Amino acid sequence: MNEKDIIICRCEDVSLADVRACLDQGYTTVEDIKRILRVGMGPCQGQTCSHLIQAEIARYLKVSKESVKFQKTRPLVTGVVLEDIAKQAIDEDEKND
Amino acid sequence: MISASIVIIGAGISGLSAAYNLAKAGMKDIHVIDKGYFTNGSTGRCGAGVRQQWATKLNCILAKKSIEFFGRANEELEYDKDIEFKQEGYLILATTSEEDEQFEKNVKLQNSLGIETVKLNVEGALKIVPHLNPNSFISATFCKTDGHVNPFLMSEAYYLAARKLGVSFHFYEEVKSIEVKDGIIVSVLTTKDVYKTDKVLNAAGGYSKEIGDMVGVEIPVFSENHEILVTERAKPMQGPMVMSFSKNIYCQQVPHGSFLMGRSNPNAVASHDISSSWGFLDEMSKTVTHILPEVAKLRVIRTWGGSYNVSPDRQPIISDTSQLKGFYMACGFSGHGFMFAPITGELLTEIILRKDLDEYAHDLHIDRFKDNVITEFEHSVV
Repeated sequence: MNEKDIIICRCEDVSLADVRACLDQGYTTVEDIKRILRVGMGPCQGQTCSHLIQAEIARYLKVSKESVKFQKTRPLVTGVVLEDIAKQAIDEDEKND
Repeated sequence: MISASIVIIGAGISGLSAAYNLAKAGMKDIHVIDKGYFTNGSTGRCGAGVRQQWATKLNCILAKKSIEFFGRANEELEYDKDIEFKQEGYLILATTSEEDEQFEKNVKLQNSLGIETVKLNVEGALKIVPHLNPNSFISATFCKTDGHVNPFLMSEAYYLAARKLGVSFHFYEEVKSIEVKDGIIVSVLTTKDVYKTDKVLNAAGGYSKEIGDMVGVEIPVFSENHEILVTERAKPMQGPMVMSFSKNIYCQQVPHGSFLMGRSNPNAVASHDISSSWGFLDEMSKTVTHILPEVAKLRVIRTWGGSYNVSPDRQPIISDTSQLKGFYMACGFSGHGFMFAPITGELLTEIILRKDLDEYAHDLHIDRFKDNVITEFEHSVV
C-alpha cells in the first residue's frame, strides 16, 4: 500500500509518507513531529497516532520503541463544551456566595 | 571544542530571526543552542496573533515593521510550505468609558505612524463579527492588517533558511556557564560541548534573566505563566482576533479552523511554572460565553501554559550592555516576542555588526531602566 494512503493521524489527516518525510528532515522526537505536522493535536489528543509515531521513530533511529519518549499529556482528557464549563463554574460561584 | 563567531542561546523565534539575519549579513560560524525540542519555549506556546494596535509608539513601530516582513516571509525565506499569514484584523473591544477614551488616543497614535486603525461603534463592530454579544462592549477599534501567523511554521521557515546559510543548531543541549576573562567573553560551556567565542546573544525567553545572571548582567525581567486553550475545528466563522483588555480575553479562529483563546491570571506570581489550572478553564469559559456565545458552543480539546517574560514597561529589551562587551540580549517581550520577531532579528544584526541603528531603536536599550524611572508603559496587554 502506498505510504501516502496510510493514515497515521486521522484527526489531522496525516499520512505515513508525511511522517517519514519529517523524519528525513531531522525531526526525530514525538514533540518535534507534533509541531510540524499537527499529529496528536486533534480531538483524540494523540491516542491513536502517538504510539504509531513512536514506532516509526524507533525504526528510523534503530532504537527500542520504549526508549522513544511519549508526547506530554495535557488536559482535557476529552473535549468539553465551553459553555457547559461556564455554567458549572457560575453555579459553583453562586453556591460559594 | 567548537569555534563560534557568536553563540545564540535559545532557538525560539527571536534566536531564529537573529541567526537568519546575521547569516544573511555575512556572519559565519553561528551556533544556536536550545535546551529542548523545536519551539519548546514561549514561541510554540503563544497565541499566534500579530497586531499593530498598541498604546506606545515603540511597540507600534516594531509591530508595523514586523507585519511588513510577514507579508513577504514565504518568498524571502524561500519556504516551500506556508507560514499561514492571515490578515483579517484585530477587533479590540472597549467595555468602559475610560477604555473608550484611551482607545481614542491609541487610534490617533497608530494613525500618525501609518497604522490604519479605525474606531467603531457597536453596530460597526457587529458588521465585522456578527456573533459578538452587543451588550458586552461599548465601542471597538479595528485594524484590518493585523492577524495571524503560524508560530511553528514561521519558526521552521526561519530555521531552514538559517541552516541553508550555514547556521548550526544544537537542540537538547543546555548552556551551563559562560566564561569571562578580563571583561571579555571567552567561551560557553554546555551539557555537550565547549564553544570558544567572544559574543553571546541571550534569546532565552523565559530564562533570559538566568542567562544574564551567569555573567553578572542584571536584567530587570521576570517570567509568569499565561494559560491558553484550543477548541475543536469549526467552519470559518470569525475573521479577526477579538480582544478585550478589561474583560481579559483574546480569541481568534486560526486558518486550521480551531479557536485559540487565552487570558492572563491577575494573581500570577513570578516563576517558571507553565502548568494548566482549573481556574483558568473556568474563567476563560465564562468570559467567552459572555462575549462570544457562538464560540462557546465548541468543545475545548486542550489547554497549556507558557511564559511571558515581562519587562518593567512591557516593552522589549533589544540591546547590548556596557556591563559586558560582546553580550547581547532580546528579552522582556511581555508576551509579544513572536509578533515582533522579524524586526528583532534585524535590529540585533545592526547592533551586533555595529551598523547605524535607527533612532527609535535606542529606546529599546536596557539602560532605560538604569534609574528605575519608567517613562512609557504599555497598557494594551492581555
